[in-house]
Amino acid sequence: MKKILLVIQREYLVRVRKKSFLLTTIGVPILIIAFYAIMIAIGASGGPEKNKIAVIDQARLLSTNLEKSKSDASEYVFITDQPVDSLKLNYRKLGYDYFLYIPPIDITQKVNNIQLYSKSTVSISQKSKIEKAINNAIELRRLQSANITREQYRSIKSDVSIENITGKEQKKGVAVVATFVAFGCGMLIYVIMLIYGTMVMRGVMEEKINRIAEVMVSSVKPFQLMMGKIIGIGAVGLTQFAIWIILMAAIGFVLPFPSVDPGMMAQGGQAPGIAESTSKLALIGAGLKTLPWGLIIFCFIFYFIGGYLLYASLFAAIGSVVSDDQNEAQAMVFPIMMPIVLGFVIMTKAIAEPNSSLAIFGSIFPLTSPVVMMGRIMYDVPVSELILSMVLLILCFLFFGWLTAKIYRTGILLYGKKVTWKEMMRWAFRNN
Amino acid sequence: MNRLEVKHLKKYYTSQKAVDDISFSLAPGSIFGLLGPNGAGKTTLIRMITGILFPDDGQIIFNGQPFNPDNDVAYIGYMPEEKGLYKKMKIGDQAMYLAQLKGLSKAMALERVKHWFIKFEMQSWWNKKVEDLSKGMQQKLQFVTTVLNDPKLIILDEPFSGLDPVNSNLIKDEINQLAKNGSSIIFSTHRMEQVEEICDHIILVNKGQKILDGSVTSVKQQFKENIFSLGLDSDPASTESQAFEVIQVKGHQLILRIKEGYKPNDVLHHFLQQPVGINSFHEILPSLSDIFIKLVEGTPLARQFQTANA
Repeated sequence: MKKILLVIQREYLVRVRKKSFLLTTIGVPILIIAFYAIMIAIGASGGPEKNKIAVIDQARLLSTNLEKSKSDASEYVFITDQPVDSLKLNYRKLGYDYFLYIPPIDITQKVNNIQLYSKSTVSISQKSKIEKAINNAIELRRLQSANITREQYRSIKSDVSIENITGKEQKKGVAVVATFVAFGCGMLIYVIMLIYGTMVMRGVMEEKINRIAEVMVSSVKPFQLMMGKIIGIGAVGLTQFAIWIILMAAIGFVLPFPSVDPGMMAQGGQAPGIAESTSKLALIGAGLKTLPWGLIIFCFIFYFIGGYLLYASLFAAIGSVVSDDQNEAQAMVFPIMMPIVLGFVIMTKAIAEPNSSLAIFGSIFPLTSPVVMMGRIMYDVPVSELILSMVLLILCFLFFGWLTAKIYRTGILLYGKKVTWKEMMRWAFRNN
Repeated sequence: MNRLEVKHLKKYYTSQKAVDDISFSLAPGSIFGLLGPNGAGKTTLIRMITGILFPDDGQIIFNGQPFNPDNDVAYIGYMPEEKGLYKKMKIGDQAMYLAQLKGLSKAMALERVKHWFIKFEMQSWWNKKVEDLSKGMQQKLQFVTTVLNDPKLIILDEPFSGLDPVNSNLIKDEINQLAKNGSSIIFSTHRMEQVEEICDHIILVNKGQKILDGSVTSVKQQFKENIFSLGLDSDPASTESQAFEVIQVKGHQLILRIKEGYKPNDVLHHFLQQPVGINSFHEILPSLSDIFIKLVEGTPLARQFQTANA
């Protein structure tokens, strides 16, 4: 027992003391924050494109009724003194970015003969803004010809958004938030299993390739060496997460999450943009509050540990049988990657349809359950399914732990020989 | 009481009998050469003695008790042929780690590591990494980590590979010193001259079986072919005799074999009757290398795989 602690300690300290650990632990949150900061900066200041558009409006659509959308910062210049054909050729020389040609149109028909000339492809947002302006003008003209006022039209127009009420307690299920959290948790476990699993594999390969294994197993049991490595690296992962959570909490403390009075959003009249965004924040806040956090955190820790242990032991076994050849390692790892990736795919489906049979199967089958269950956990998973899934995961880990320990024991002492799956199975199932 | 007794040890793999009924014993303070061609089963035998592999059959008695790997590995130091250390780990940390894994307390480990580092003039290495060391230096470090816990049984598999003569001698002296202090040493190598120099006892293993066991001198006696070297001061008148036959002539030096039923005295008698002076006369014992080749020759270089009916 003392020896396994020594192994854990070494595996842990060696990795935590590395510069790369510090770099990723501090660097990743900074990167994420920087990413968001850039996103916000782009959203706020980058602003819309300001283009100068030459318009020949033979239909007298925009020239009489230019209703630009709020974000449309382009300048529309109406030109009447030039023929279309010459402007087509020299609008750029005259200092325009685009040339919009609106021929005479029949508003009772579908309009599809408006042309926009540009040097290179016009951005989708610019194009949609121009389309919006033209649509507004056509709409207005059609309203006028039908003798309907704008106000009447607005009162007729329907704009429904469905509110989803889930569960017995009539919780306001804010589906988007639940989806987001579910996906985040599933994704996190998926990434953990891949990153730390391969880290275990590389650690085992290092011991094998550098011929350390034989020195080690003359003082430590192979099982102790393997579990020590797995637990040590798992502890590195937990440390990294703990640091991230503390960093996030610290940042959250400095930049408090805007709490919004729900009453405010109802009034939001004059500045629809702000009202819109604050109401979104309020929705997210309310949604976050309704989630079963206790259950989520408990399950996350359980499936993190369970999934990690299960896959780390598989990765360790693979690491013990491959020789120095990197390609060989990749080929051997593939069958183990498959169920992880499969789990991820099922998880994305499970979020959309948490009670489909595929989702239920995926969340119980132990090789995919750590990822898939995290995707389902927000949607009132029956307790029986949850317990079944957890028990199966524990049993599966014990079975694979026993199996892989035997493969590992033989594999790490075998040099320069390519090991087949058949041989591995023989080592795993033979006695002693 | 013997330090180690191995009785009828067997380990069969599906493709071959790696160790097939080997027995030997090892006294405290003795240096024991474990010889054999490649693939003879030496590594498997050693791995069973170090507790890495379980024997299929047979018994290992360590210090008078049945071998219990969990506790007894603390008294065994093993330097495998495939040597290795953590490349990125600091040398001091590495030595401490291996010492603690052998069951030493942290304080004890520190004391032992310091003692050996001073002895081998390695103090300045403490904060260096293994990857910064030359191959010979790594070998030296590996030896130190093997004997750190003052083991009662030390198993060295090719300990001199990659070492220069100065460092070889340093380690050779240490091996002798450790044996003098009561440690038993199993020394596995293909370098016969080193075996002759260091070991007092040898066993030769081939195809998983022990084919020779005894002290170095007794083995040489056992395989002597009654070959003598005779130095004369001039050419002899006659070398024809019933007592011996001349194998080789080098100037005035004769190498001769004494025939069955005759004694060295008969040779001397033959030459004393002639008008030549005898400068020297001594027996040429076979080298271990010769014995090794003689015993192993004829068996295929690589062991053929056979089915073990276990």
